[in-house]
Amino acid sequence: MWDYVKMAIFGVIAVLAAIAANYARDAAYLVNALTVMLVAGGMFLWTVRSTGEAKPAVETGYMDGVVRAGVIATCIWGVVGFAAGTFIAFQLAFPALNFDWAQGYANFGRLRPLHTSAVIFAFGGNALICTSFYVVQRTSAARLWGGNAAWFVFWGYQLFIVLAATGYLLGATQSKEYAEPEWYVDWWLTVVWVVYLAVFLGTIMKRKEPHIYVANWFYLSFIVTVAMLHVVNNLSIPVSLFGSKSVQVFAGVQDAMTQWWYGHNAVGFFLTAGFLGMMYYFVPKQAERPVFSYKLSIIHFWALIFLYIWAGPHHLHYTALPDWASTLGMVFSIMLWMPSWGGMINGLMTLSGAWDKLRTDPIIRMMVVSVGFYGMSTFEGPMMSIKAVNSLSHYTDWTIGHVHSGALGWNGMITFGALYFLTPKLWNKERLYSLSMVNWHFWLATIGIVLYASSMWVTGIMEGLMWREVDAQGFLVNSFADTVAAKFPMYVVRGMGGALYITGALIMCYNLWKTVTNAPAKADVPVAAPAE
Amino acid sequence: MDTYSLMREFADSWALLLLTAFFVGVIVWVFRPGSTTGHRDSANIPFRHENKPARDDDENGARTKEART
Repeated sequence: MWDYVKMAIFGVIAVLAAIAANYARDAAYLVNALTVMLVAGGMFLWTVRSTGEAKPAVETGYMDGVVRAGVIATCIWGVVGFAAGTFIAFQLAFPALNFDWAQGYANFGRLRPLHTSAVIFAFGGNALICTSFYVVQRTSAARLWGGNAAWFVFWGYQLFIVLAATGYLLGATQSKEYAEPEWYVDWWLTVVWVVYLAVFLGTIMKRKEPHIYVANWFYLSFIVTVAMLHVVNNLSIPVSLFGSKSVQVFAGVQDAMTQWWYGHNAVGFFLTAGFLGMMYYFVPKQAERPVFSYKLSIIHFWALIFLYIWAGPHHLHYTALPDWASTLGMVFSIMLWMPSWGGMINGLMTLSGAWDKLRTDPIIRMMVVSVGFYGMSTFEGPMMSIKAVNSLSHYTDWTIGHVHSGALGWNGMITFGALYFLTPKLWNKERLYSLSMVNWHFWLATIGIVLYASSMWVTGIMEGLMWREVDAQGFLVNSFADTVAAKFPMYVVRGMGGALYITGALIMCYNLWKTVTNAPAKADVPVAAPAE
Repeated sequence: MDTYSLMREFADSWALLLLTAFFVGVIVWVFRPGSTTGHRDSANIPFRHENKPARDDDENGARTKEART
């Protein structure tokens, strides 16, 4: 019966999408409607073909298929996002790469949101979803709740990424940084996210462990807060049901404040809390010892979520935002030093007594460097939120350098570590295909980040100082084009850093692929072996 | 009084007090005497049930008896 209901639903969606494509007012909406039509039509056919087949018996083990799919998606989107980033880095250095024939589709302005969304939401998001599904099952001692709902979350999220990405290239954007997708893509993500929350919470509710492990607290805060941020920041009214354009409900400085309340907490809860969930599971697992201080981890959690939510106004220093609000944002940003460094110390000290593993295990080295970058970028961030520093750093490349030391160093490296940990486990392999390739990846990525961050410090501070330089009469010394010319060498270095980073990621993909296909399978564990 | 002022006043007083009290309460709760054993047990959760879920009859016996450090 349920199969027939599904057929009806997919059929109706496909027809409605076809009608929407017919009436489409712009190219982005047309392509998105056609994508939805094809997906719904494909799902319809698939349901027709599988109807009436015997259903497999209910499984009782962990649901790892969706985690495996997530690992593959994380690798693929990671390479796509890094490639887009490296390409636009060279576009900035060599403007001729904004090809004339691709003008309006593949120039910097169109590719930049593609890069940011690909690395944050496609690479990071898939990493968060698949690791959260893995971790919540193991730490709750329960199979994922909701059966195929987890698969809906996975495929629904991929559809969101494809709709958003094709929309960007064809010009659909609501011009909010990191929240560019237009109204219907936002609605779709809301649906997917609510199901994600239900699967995660459902698994926690049927857990067999009495205590909810701290990693799950971080993951849960990430899911709940992102839902709240996403809905509020995307309150908009579509101009037409058949067009991608929408108009924001908030206006002026209220809109700006809502946007950066969203934007900073996307950093705080998507890129920090969620990835801390990964840290609190995978670092102890790889080090084979429990986290340094569980008490500290609880305080880390509550302090982080109590402070982060107020830090957004530091993006709006010296704007129309009232002074008290930006001071509040600055003060809370500085207070964030304490939970951030508490968490970093907790992660690093987990290795106490096992520091020798750093020499032999490149995966744990990756995780430690990642936690180190977490500490460095959460030191740099509050410093840049101080008004006096911000007046120099804001609008310069220093900000971009800061973001990338966090994203490449902290988010990227902890994700790579988790992928290296997960792949042999998920495909039941004894070990990775090659540890020396992990070593190569580690050094390529680390040197890439160092090139990236240091070149952006130099060019950012230089550009900030050039912008404010005045002569004896009080006239500005440099034109804007002067700063652009002066930044050229650093832009080339930055692009090279990106090239090293993506080379490392490609080596990882090859290594993981060979692990799945070539590494020796794990010998069957004797039944009486202890649970460890 | 308009909505903004009303909410602003509430945020500056009761909400601030409640949130601060909750936060301080969490810290006190974490460091309450005798909590260390429980926390040590919680910290070891990742090292149990690596390969398959706990059985249904295992509801309250999920935590292993022997101490792990």
